[in-house]
Amino acid sequence: MSGTAIVGIAELPPRRSTPGTTTLELLAKVAVAAVADAGLDHLQIDGLVCGPQVGETPQHVPATVAEYLGLRPRYAGMVDLGGATAAAMVWRAGAAIAAGMCTTVLCLLANSRDPAAPRRSPNRNPIREFDVPYGASGANQAYAMVAQRHMADFGTTTEQLMCVPVKERENAQLNPDAVFHGRTITLEDVRRSPMVMAPLHQLEMVMPCGGGAALVVTSAERARDLAHPLVAMLGAGEAVTHRALSQAPSLTTSPLAAAIDQAYRQAAIGPNDLDLLAAYDCYSILLPITVEDAGLCDKGEGGPWVAEHDFSIASRLPINPHGGQLACGQADLSGGMGHVVEAVRQLRGAAGARQVPNAELALVTGNGATFSEEVALVLAAGER
Amino acid sequence: MSGEHDEVRVPQRVSTPLTAPYWEAAEKGNLLVQVCIDCGRLQLYPGAVCRGCWSEHLRWRSVEGSGTVWTTTVAEVPGHPAWRDAVPYCIAIVELDEGPRLLTNIVGCDPYAVGVRQRVRLVRAGDHEPGPPLRFMPC
Ligand SMILES: [Zn+2]
Repeated sequence: MSGTAIVGIAELPPRRSTPGTTTLELLAKVAVAAVADAGLDHLQIDGLVCGPQVGETPQHVPATVAEYLGLRPRYAGMVDLGGATAAAMVWRAGAAIAAGMCTTVLCLLANSRDPAAPRRSPNRNPIREFDVPYGASGANQAYAMVAQRHMADFGTTTEQLMCVPVKERENAQLNPDAVFHGRTITLEDVRRSPMVMAPLHQLEMVMPCGGGAALVVTSAERARDLAHPLVAMLGAGEAVTHRALSQAPSLTTSPLAAAIDQAYRQAAIGPNDLDLLAAYDCYSILLPITVEDAGLCDKGEGGPWVAEHDFSIASRLPINPHGGQLACGQADLSGGMGHVVEAVRQLRGAAGARQVPNAELALVTGNGATFSEEVALVLAAGER
Repeated sequence: MSGEHDEVRVPQRVSTPLTAPYWEAAEKGNLLVQVCIDCGRLQLYPGAVCRGCWSEHLRWRSVEGSGTVWTTTVAEVPGHPAWRDAVPYCIAIVELDEGPRLLTNIVGCDPYAVGVRQRVRLVRAGDHEPGPPLRFMPC
C-alpha cells in the first residue's frame, strides 16, 4: 500500500469541557479545517470513515455524519478499535482507494465533553431532535413514505407491492430454515394483515428474529486450494446519500443505482448477464426500486415488473430463492448477510432442492437506514 | 386502573445551543431556516456548516411556512408507544416553497386524505391543537 498518502490534517485544541456542543458539530469543524489544509474542495471527498458515537448516534453513524456534512461518499465506514481506531482508519482508507472504491477519504474523530451532563446523554442526533417529536420513530414510516411517493409518481399499486411477500413466501417453501417454511400466503392474507403505516401492511415488513451469519473472505489464489468451488467477487459499489428521509436526494431513485452501476462496471457486466438476484428486502417496496435501479426495467416500471416476474428457480432471473428476509425472517444485520450466503450457495451449485440451474453471475444488494446506505456486489462462479 | 399504558411518555425534546433559536421560534409558531451567508443556500435541519459549501457563516431567516407534501404516510401502529393513542395520524415530509424539507404532521384533516403534492401551510398559533410545534394543515 505504498500508494497511500496523508495530505490534510487538523485538530481542535483539547479542552476540559465543550459544553453545549454535539460531537457532530465538532466533527464538522475539524472536517472543514482538514479539507482546507489539504487544499481540496469538500466535493472531492468521496470516502468517509468515522468512529463510534455512544450516546449521540447509536447506529448509522457514517450516514449521519455524511448527511450532516452534505457528503455523498462512495465508501463509508466506522472503525471501533479503541485507541487504535485512528491508525486503523488510515490503512483502511488506503485499501478502499486501492480497491477503486473511492479516491479521497476523510477520517474523522471528535468527542464532545460536558462534565456537568449525565455520563451517558440521551441520543441527540438530527433524527432524534427533528423527526421523533412528530411520532416518527423507527423505519416503518420512512419506507411507507417511499412507497407512497412511488405510487403517486408512477401509479404503483398496493397489489403490486403485496405480491412481493407472497412470491418470497413461495420461494421459502424450498428452504426448511426459513421462519415461514410451511406457511404460504395469498394476496388476501397480506391485505387483511394489519395496516401499520399506510400503504404498508404488516406482512409487507420483515419479521425480527434472532440468528446469525458469517463469511470467510480470502484471495482468489488461496481459494483455489480450498474445499468448495471458487466464488469470486467481480465488482462492488457503495453509495451513501443521507440518513433522515427528508434529506434524501430522491424518494424514487435510490443510491443503489450508483452502487449497482459501479459494481457492474467493475465486473464488466450488465443486467442482462445476471443469473440470480439476491435483493435486500426488508419491505415490499425494496423490490420495485431495486429492480429499477439495477436496470432490469425502466424507472417507474418496477411495480408491474415485480407483479409479472417469476421469482422462482424456474425463472430466467430467480430472486431470493431462500425466501429473502421477508420469508426467512430478519436476524437484525445478519439478515442482510443471508443474501450473500444464498448467492454463494447458489454459485457453488450447493443449494440442493432450490438450486438455480447454471447459476454463474449474481447481483447482491444491501440497504441501510431508508435507501440511505447502499452496497452492491457482483459475484461469480469460478474465476474470470 | 393505571398500568404501564399510562406511563409511556413522549420522548423529551432535545436541542443544543446551536438549534435552540429554531425551537424557541417554533414555540411561537414561527419557522426558521438557516441561510448560508456565503452561497445563499437555505437549509433545514439547522447544522454547524452549510451542507452545500461548508461555510460556517449561517444566519436565521423566518419563512412563511407554505409548501407541498413531498411524501406522506398514515401511522396506524406507531414506532414509539407514546403515540399509540394518537393513531391514525399523518406523518409527512413537507417541501417548503423556499426549498428545504422537514418531517412533520399534517393535522386538521382526515390523515388518509393527505396526498403527495398537496398544498399545506404551517399551523398558526390561532389554529392551536395540542402537540409539537411546526405542524402543517391543508391550505
Ligand atoms: Zn453555503
